[in-house]
Amino acid sequence: MADPSIQTYAPPSEAATAAVTESPVARAVLMTVAFLFLGFFLVLPLIIVFQQAFAKGMGTYLSSLNDHDTLAAIRLTLLVAAIAVPLNLVYGVAAAWAIAKFEFKGKAFLTTLIDLPFSVSPVISGLVYVLLFGAQSMLGPWLKANGIEILFAVPGIVLATVFVTFPFVARELIPLMQEQGTGDEEAALSLGANGWQTFWYVTLPNIKWGLLYGVLLCNARAMGEFGAVSVVSGHIRGVTNTMPLHIEILYNEYNAAAAFAVASLLAGLALVTLVLKTILELRYGAELAATRGH
Amino acid sequence: MEVRAVNVRKEFDRFPALHDVSLDIRSGELIALLGPSGSGKTTLLRLIAGLERPTRGAIFFGDEDASHRSIQERNVGFVFQHYALFRHMTVADNIGFGLKVRHGADRPPAREIRRRASELLDLVQLSGLENRYPAQLSGGQRQRVALARAMAIEPKVLLLDEPFGALDAQVRRELRRWLRDIHDATGHTTVFVTHDQEEALELADRVVVMSQGRIEQVGTADDVYDTPNSPFVYGFIGDSSTLPVKVEDDQIWLADRPIGISAQGFAAGPATLFFRPHDIELLDGCSGCIAGTVVSSRRVAGTRRVELEVGGEQHRVEIELPVDHPAAQKSRVAFRPRKWKLFPTETAS
Repeated sequence: MADPSIQTYAPPSEAATAAVTESPVARAVLMTVAFLFLGFFLVLPLIIVFQQAFAKGMGTYLSSLNDHDTLAAIRLTLLVAAIAVPLNLVYGVAAAWAIAKFEFKGKAFLTTLIDLPFSVSPVISGLVYVLLFGAQSMLGPWLKANGIEILFAVPGIVLATVFVTFPFVARELIPLMQEQGTGDEEAALSLGANGWQTFWYVTLPNIKWGLLYGVLLCNARAMGEFGAVSVVSGHIRGVTNTMPLHIEILYNEYNAAAAFAVASLLAGLALVTLVLKTILELRYGAELAATRGH
Repeated sequence: MEVRAVNVRKEFDRFPALHDVSLDIRSGELIALLGPSGSGKTTLLRLIAGLERPTRGAIFFGDEDASHRSIQERNVGFVFQHYALFRHMTVADNIGFGLKVRHGADRPPAREIRRRASELLDLVQLSGLENRYPAQLSGGQRQRVALARAMAIEPKVLLLDEPFGALDAQVRRELRRWLRDIHDATGHTTVFVTHDQEEALELADRVVVMSQGRIEQVGTADDVYDTPNSPFVYGFIGDSSTLPVKVEDDQIWLADRPIGISAQGFAAGPATLFFRPHDIELLDGCSGCIAGTVVSSRRVAGTRRVELEVGGEQHRVEIELPVDHPAAQKSRVAFRPRKWKLFPTETAS
């Protein structure tokens, strides 16, 4: 039984007050516009993807997925995500920790740098690596002499994906960690915990939901990235084609059924991400809200 | 454990937060660092804890120079203003945290940690709340858990940063008494920071009054209240009224009239007279007194506070009268402070 003298802390209700409530007509119009817009630009295309994928029946759907090149593309996409996401997880936590908990010169610069992939076109992100590692670059001859393949191979795709997805985890954690401040860490240190114990027992549990949220978004983008990967991949069928690239090739070959079948997998991933994200927001809304920086 | 700060200076980005502060904290005493915000009291506490490193000077624990010891090595119990309880851990896990993170043979078995947590919960009068989470506790209860957690590591010194700052007045008074009891029962050397003079004077064995990064005075409640050694302390501790006066022929003069008090050897020249508004005697005739016109009169709890305009230069002072005293109805009141103190005018604040 709960002791009635103990208060539990509920987040303050955000019910709209009378003063900011619009008339029923205005509300209806605004809501209709919003739903129509989303329906037309988001839901309808999604439905069409699945409709096209299954247009020629379940058999065609399964056989187009069971194609050798398609399976290779799926494997490559999973591999790239499996490398890029953990890397960005570690990087994101480290960067957020540094920015939120320490004062140092160049902090504003680092924060700006983290946002760079958001403001740079993905094609440019890919081109950067071509210029860096390509045959005409300074590193090119040396790489070739030593038999290291980066461009038009898995390492290049991983690099481009890491570049494009590195802001997700860090952006999610920085406001959260800033909001939480250093009080809990100081308390843990004063109780005798070392740095690792403090991180493991105190910091990580405090940020776990925000971290998971960031990883979900990071993963969705890592699997779905087209532009940057397209530049560095070389489009070698069954070798350096990721799912998005494979979809494009299939589509250009007028193989719509197969293209949409693979596309439906990516769309499915997006839906799963969305559902998980919504569950997280519902369950840990209060904790995550603190992270939004209001 | 005796703790000493020796000529400690602390700068943040070259801005000095503490200037050359020295302080001896006796073993087993309950001492308050009291001052307005920005006085450096929390900085001094954090320096003692090891949460900050001094720019110059040293912190001694007993005879040992602890300046370069990390906070973990110093073994201090620190209670944060906003509790800093670990929200994802139960009350028992919070209290046991300091024992759980110990290494090897120093770490007690889980059962022992649990037992110790329950014991400490009894001590802070929260028995039975082991499995609650911090969010399910009231502010006062959280503060008690924070103290229990700090005491679990058997600290050499207990340091409390504005321990009751975030609580309402009623709970604050209760916890004040309770902290005193805990201190008397456990005998920890305890340092706490507060900006509430009532709290400091009532609770502490000695009070360290701080202002602008310096220690103004260290003493018992009686010392700092009855014999303040600076205009700041006089003005900060308790109510005070001030008047600009002049010392001549060992007499105190207010606007060319002697007020009937000997300056007792104070150097001639301009000075500021400090006195307590309640510590005055009313006079009928005025040959050597402070006389003024009543400007306003307010009822404050058990007394009446009367504001007077005195002297030719329109200075206002406050005095306190019993509620039913007839003088409060008059338009002119003459009085003389019973106890007072002079400070040179330049440094008066």
